[in-house]
This record gives sequence, structure tokens and C-alpha cells, in this order.
Amino acid sequence: MRSFLALLKRDMLLAYRQGSALTMTLSFFVIAVTLFPLGVGPELNVLARIGPGVLWVGALLACLLTLDRIFQADFEDGTLEQLMLGPLSIEFIVLTKIIAHWVMSVLPLIAITPILAISLNVHADGIWAMIFSLLIGSPVLSLIGAVGAALTVAMRRGGVLLSLLVLPLYIPVLIFGVASVEAAVALMPMAPHLMLLGGLSLGALVVCPFAAAAALRLAVE
Amino acid sequence: MAIDLHKYANPTRFLRIANAIFPWSIVTTVVLLATGLYLGLFVSPADYQQGETVRIMFVHVPAAWMAMSVYSMMAVSSAAGLIWKHPVADLSAKAAAPIGACFTFLALVTGSLWGQPMWGAYWVWDARLTSMLILLFLYLGYMAVWGSFEDQSKAAKAAAILVLIGAINIPIIKFSVDWWNTLHQPASVATMDGPKIHSSILTPLLIMGLGYTSLFVTIFIIRVRTEILGRRLRMLRVNQLQE
Amino acid sequence: MSLYAQSLTCIRQDRLIFNAVDLSLNPGEILWVKGRNGSGKTSLLRILACLLKPATGIVSWNGTDIEEDPEHYKENLQYVGHQDALKMAMSARENLEFWSDYTENSTVDQALDAFQLQPIADHPTQILSAGQKKRSNLARLIACPAPLWILDEPVSSLDTDYIGLFKDLLEKHVRNGGMALLATHQDLSLSRVRQLDLNQISEVAR
Repeated sequence: MRSFLALLKRDMLLAYRQGSALTMTLSFFVIAVTLFPLGVGPELNVLARIGPGVLWVGALLACLLTLDRIFQADFEDGTLEQLMLGPLSIEFIVLTKIIAHWVMSVLPLIAITPILAISLNVHADGIWAMIFSLLIGSPVLSLIGAVGAALTVAMRRGGVLLSLLVLPLYIPVLIFGVASVEAAVALMPMAPHLMLLGGLSLGALVVCPFAAAAALRLAVE
Repeated sequence: MAIDLHKYANPTRFLRIANAIFPWSIVTTVVLLATGLYLGLFVSPADYQQGETVRIMFVHVPAAWMAMSVYSMMAVSSAAGLIWKHPVADLSAKAAAPIGACFTFLALVTGSLWGQPMWGAYWVWDARLTSMLILLFLYLGYMAVWGSFEDQSKAAKAAAILVLIGAINIPIIKFSVDWWNTLHQPASVATMDGPKIHSSILTPLLIMGLGYTSLFVTIFIIRVRTEILGRRLRMLRVNQLQE
Repeated sequence: MSLYAQSLTCIRQDRLIFNAVDLSLNPGEILWVKGRNGSGKTSLLRILACLLKPATGIVSWNGTDIEEDPEHYKENLQYVGHQDALKMAMSARENLEFWSDYTENSTVDQALDAFQLQPIADHPTQILSAGQKKRSNLARLIACPAPLWILDEPVSSLDTDYIGLFKDLLEKHVRNGGMALLATHQDLSLSRVRQLDLNQISEVAR
């Protein structure tokens, strides 16, 4: 437990000290979302219609930009192999780092979503649904992303491959995430969608740490 | 050299079986595809609604079957490669991937050609076509992983992890896409099922399916043989370097 | 406590690095692994540190195969590799505090004293010189004490004074019943040292 907390604390401290990375991710999210009204026109009905989808896709892409940070730095400076020689199992190291990533990189994205949602004229019910669906669904983004990050950690130019590997696997989260917001806007129950998202999160929680740990073992050898 | 590196890449038994099957698989491929195409294109009746365009089905549907089954086969052999560390298992998954990707691509192209007269557009976000497109992305990612590692044994393991994660995800993706499609279904889109399948259509369809499978086996054997030879060549080079 | 390895073979990217390496190490001993570039010093050390699987052969700790109980073995081992394993955004003290916390130890100040790091301990590691980073990395040996030290080029980028300091610490560790495996190009003229020459082993294998 002490090791787990030490690692969690260190990862968060590092993310905090390298705050510029977070600022850049947030700016990317804002800019990417801003491009849509410029692309499709400022008509409020259209924006309200595509808003939930745009926000989810934007969050997904912004999250993708942060994935390489999960393991890359630790791999390059030799910290990762030292961590593996410590008392935590690799699966646990992966899980700890995923938690740190989610808190430090994904949670801020969720925090600014309401503002962006207002700018896209998303209905008030939809904004709440947006936050809930992101809170429940976004752990999948970190979990699946960690597998991709672990597979590509030892590669030069791994970033492009990472998106090719990870994005197709993100599709179910995207579909159910957007569907829950659309349901809320249409004043229909959104609980089933949120439950499906929760199911995806739990499933990913079971599978992904093991897959990512196997990939990391490979990278260190 | 005190150690025989060849034992790491000398799957004699596989090669013996493959060489025995190979001539037969060529013959069956030609016969089945010729029969299937003849029955499908000339003998089977035209659809009362879709007319002659329905014949695209005989190329399209078996390709979609193959796209799915080749991925499953890759998942099984990758699991075998991870668990029993059998070198041919990794190679067979690697060899199958581009063939599977080609079948997927064929299914997509014929699907959109079929869609044009039926839907009036080359691409409609139909649930099956969309799932096929995502499957193509999974194939491409898998092949990219093989290309990105210099160490082949590492590439094999990484690709195996990816294909297994993909295999777990495919049913979820399929389910979510179907579901997304029912949510957004435009009224004008017809399904590809059509009326109940009559035996005059089913027979050529099945023959084409077998023909595709046989074609897969033929190309697969060629590819695995090439992979094995390539690996041996590498070994010889490395040994030469060390002596 | 003893480390024992039998007929280790290492194959990297289909290339045979070394073959049939045997070694043993007991408390109070230092084993100096020698060999030219590419002879597999780093690979051997990584195999012994549980970071790489040998193609053949076994490594045992106290008579138990380390594959069977890696957790127990890892508790008894400290590995210092080529890379510094330091976070540039944190100070040397914070880095060491993390490692000692992570491995559930608490001898950070002692470690900083031993490597004379106190005056620079609170600066970000980023601005330290290569030698200062190396010392901060080596300080982990004291901050996270373990009987077996596996050291890959521990004195590179250290000047003569600090090489002497490190040598004293190494000899003290061994006098107190520790053991160490060491790969270096420099002759540290240590007492009680045995040698393992990987060049000779590959000669015999041919």
C-alpha cells in the first residue's frame, strides 16, 4: 500500500510540475471543438444537434494526445525497470499509473466540457448527461490507451501507431457516450446507456492492466 | 558454434504437411471458384427486386465471412503462440493478416458497389459495412505492429497481445455499431438480407465460401513458407557474422 | 545467502551473445564481469537482475530458482543500470525519498550523506552535472539497502575522488556481509574481487 501511494503521489507530482503538457491538452480540446462551428456554420440548431458528438470526439482525441505520457518518460530514463524490481507487481504499477493519468489528464478535460457544451448550445440536461457519461466512460479511454501506450513505448514514432491501434477500440465508448447525452436531451432515460458505459469500464479494468503489463515486460526485455 | 540456432526455426513437420496439401489446394481453389462463379453469375435466378445486381452477393458475402474467420484464426494462433511459444503459430498469424485484410477490403468494395444501385449511394453507414470498416482498421493496426518492431520475437508477442485485445473487443464493437445503427437508421435504407434465401442462391454461395477458404489456404501456405525461409536466411546471415 | 547461475545462454535478435556462463557469488565477495563491447556484460547483469530471461540456464538465490519466487529475490537486490532512473523535475532528495518510500525503506539522509549530496540535494535534478546525477542514482544503494548489488558501469562519469568514495562504500558493503556484481571497463583495484571474463568464455564456446 505504501508503495502504491508513493507511486501515485510521484506520478501526480510530476504531472503537476509539468503543467504545460496539461495546458496544451486542454487548449487542443478547446481549439478542436471551436473548429466545428467554423466548419459547419454557426446555426444554433445544427450545433445543438452535433454538440454531444463533437465534444465526445474532441475529448477522445485530446485524451489520445496524453497517452504516451503514461509510460514513455519512465521507460526512457530507466525508471520503469527500477519500478519493476520493486515490491509492486507490473499489473499494479500499470493500474497505479492509469489512475494517475486519469486524474491528472482526463479529469481536467471533463471539467472544462460544460463550458464548451454551452458554447455549442447543448441543452442543460445534455450537459449534465455529458459530465456523467464522461465520468463513467472515460476510464476506458485511459485503460485501453495504456495498452496501446505500453505496446508502442519502445518505438520511435510510436505516436501515429498508437492512434491507429487505440482509436478503433474506442468506438463503443464513443457510441454509448454520445447516445446517453442524446437520450438525456430527448428526455428519455439515460440510465441504460450509463450502465453499458459502466460495464465497458469494468470490463476494461479487468483485461487492460494485464495486457499492458505483458506489453511492458516485452518493452523492458 | 556450440548451439544449433536452427532448432528455433525449423518447423519441418509444418512444411511437410503444407507441401503435401499445396497442389491440392490450388486445384480445389480453381475448381470451386469456377463452379461457384458460373452457378452464381449464370445459373442462379436474378432477384425480383434487385435484378442482376444481386449477383455481387456471391463475391461479397463470402469475403465478409472470410474477413471474420481469418481474424478469429489469427486470434487462436496468437493465443497458441503466447501459451505454447510455438514459432509457427506466430508466423501463421502474421501470414494470415494481409490476406484477411484483403478479404475485408474486397467485402467493403463490393459492398459499396452493391449499395450504389440499392441505396443510391456508394457508401451508406450501414451497420455491417461500418463494422467491416472497423475490422479493416484492426487488421491494419496489427500489420503495423509487425512492421514497427525490429526484434521479430518481440513483434510476435506484441502483435499477439493486440490481436487478443481486438478479439475481445470485436463482439462489443459489433454490438455497439448495430445499436448505433438502429438509433440512427434512416427510413430509406433497405437491409441486405432480402427475401428468404432459396437453394439456387445458397448453393453457389456456399461453394464460393469454400472456394474462398481454399484460396486462403493456398496463399497462406505460400506466405508461411516465405516467412520460414526468410527467418532461415536471417539465421544463416547471423551465424555467418558470428563465425 | 548466495547467488548461483548455471549454463546461462543469451540470444538477442537471433544473435548468440554468450553461451554456457556459470557463476556463483557468496557474502563478502565481489564479482567483476569483464569483456569487450558487445560481449554481453549488460545482458548478463540484466538476466541476473530479473530484467531479461535467459534463453537457457537457471539463476538461483539461496538454492531457489528465481523464476519460482521472483518477489523474494527482488527484495534482496539493488540494480544500477546505465540510465539514471532520476526524474528531472524532482530534486535528488525527492527522487530518493520516492524510491525509499516505494521500496518501504527510510534511510534517505544517510544515503545523501554517504554520497556527499546534501549541498545539492534540493536542486532540481535537471541542473545537476552528469557526475552529480550518477551519485544521486548510486545513493539509491544506501537509501534502499539490499544485500546483493548489481552494478552496470557504476563509476562512469565520476571523477577520481568520487570513484574512491564509491570504492570505499562498496568495500564496506561487502565487509558487512553484502555481495556485489560489477561490470566496468576501469580497474577499481578492489580487494577480494573475483573476475569473470566474458571474452574468454566466448573463446571457449567457439
